[in-house]
Amino acid sequence: MSAGPTPHTPLERWDFTIAGEVGEPRHWSWEEFRALPAEEVTTDIHCVTKWSKLDTVWQGVRVDTLLAGIETSAKYTVAFSDGGYTTNVPLADLTGGKAWVAFSYGGEPLAPQHGGPARMLVPHLYFWKSAKWVRGLRLAATDEPGFWETNGYHNYGDPWREQRYWGD
Amino acid sequence: MEGTTVLGRLNWQAADVVGVAAETPQVKTIAFDVPGWAGHRAGQHVDVRLTAGDGYQAERSYSIASAPGGTRLELTVVRIGDGEVSPYLTDELQPGDQIELRGPVGGYFVWEPGDGGPLLLVAGGSGVAPLMAMIRLRAAAGSDVDTRLLLSSRGWDDIIYRDELQRLNGNRLTVTHTLTASQPPGWAGYARRVDAGMLAEVGPGPAERPRIYICGPTPFVEAVAEALVHLGHQPQHIRTERFGPTGS
Repeated sequence: MSAGPTPHTPLERWDFTIAGEVGEPRHWSWEEFRALPAEEVTTDIHCVTKWSKLDTVWQGVRVDTLLAGIETSAKYTVAFSDGGYTTNVPLADLTGGKAWVAFSYGGEPLAPQHGGPARMLVPHLYFWKSAKWVRGLRLAATDEPGFWETNGYHNYGDPWREQRYWGD
Repeated sequence: MEGTTVLGRLNWQAADVVGVAAETPQVKTIAFDVPGWAGHRAGQHVDVRLTAGDGYQAERSYSIASAPGGTRLELTVVRIGDGEVSPYLTDELQPGDQIELRGPVGGYFVWEPGDGGPLLLVAGGSGVAPLMAMIRLRAAAGSDVDTRLLLSSRGWDDIIYRDELQRLNGNRLTVTHTLTASQPPGWAGYARRVDAGMLAEVGPGPAERPRIYICGPTPFVEAVAEALVHLGHQPQHIRTERFGPTGS
């Protein structure tokens, strides 16, 4: 889902940031990000608008890799993106090999319409939680609903419990 | 959810069919009375749920085409040949039947007269439905906000709400059609896909800072939004609603 025009950020202007309750923020340029260890992920994805796609193939960097060595007491994160979107995810849902910053889909670089150059990949939650055009994560002690979450969508978004909207 | 301003759980509600009207050969508008409907904002959608005799359930989202007010809701449905839900809605439903729906959903792709304008509304096919809710609300509220609707349809007989749009045209609402596949004899209007040149002619231009709403199939919305950004409109003034699987 997206609510406005597709952003087109050139790779030389792209970076990825981890900020918030982490002491000094960390930044990676595109080259630095792509030099991190990456892995292939084959997974099903579930959109809130009632479709699922099985066995999609991605390449990405584990969020664990980006967080390595960071000491934080934060329990929550907000992913922030070009175009101004945000989405909130508990930190525990991004660690332990459950989430990636993906840069490739189906063996091709991730196209802008699909969230490229990089998007979050959090396959165990509804796909709006996998922020397109992601530019960073902000870690926080308190939960802060993001763009879709303040516009009627569920705060957590578990597809197996069909948590689509407020109160589900 | 705890600790937030929850507007209330979105429960499934019974909706009684009170009218079925053909818009085009492929498209029908179904009017429902939803007892206890709490109201909606122009641009929002609902989820519709059908339950088969064996308990199998299918859900789809549809934009609300009617202006807010009362407990009546209108949904405009395109019949998809191999669809699981739309053929039932367009071919089987009759006044007196009942389905389930819940909503309204969506707090971003909405407009109220107090938001002002000017407005630029761009639709591909049945993407006109949520924009029609805005146009109907504008008319019902007596608003004279400068409003341009650019509607892309395949042919003259595929234009949804054609007669009503013709009636409403005027009073600072300008309706422009483009017919992409076939045109009636003597057609002097646009006969191509929406492009930057067409959007510049329909206006308003970036200097007037219009509020822009685009709704249609994903490739249509992508192309129109990109053209508008290229013309100089600010991305944050452009609100989009895409339909069809998009890979996300």
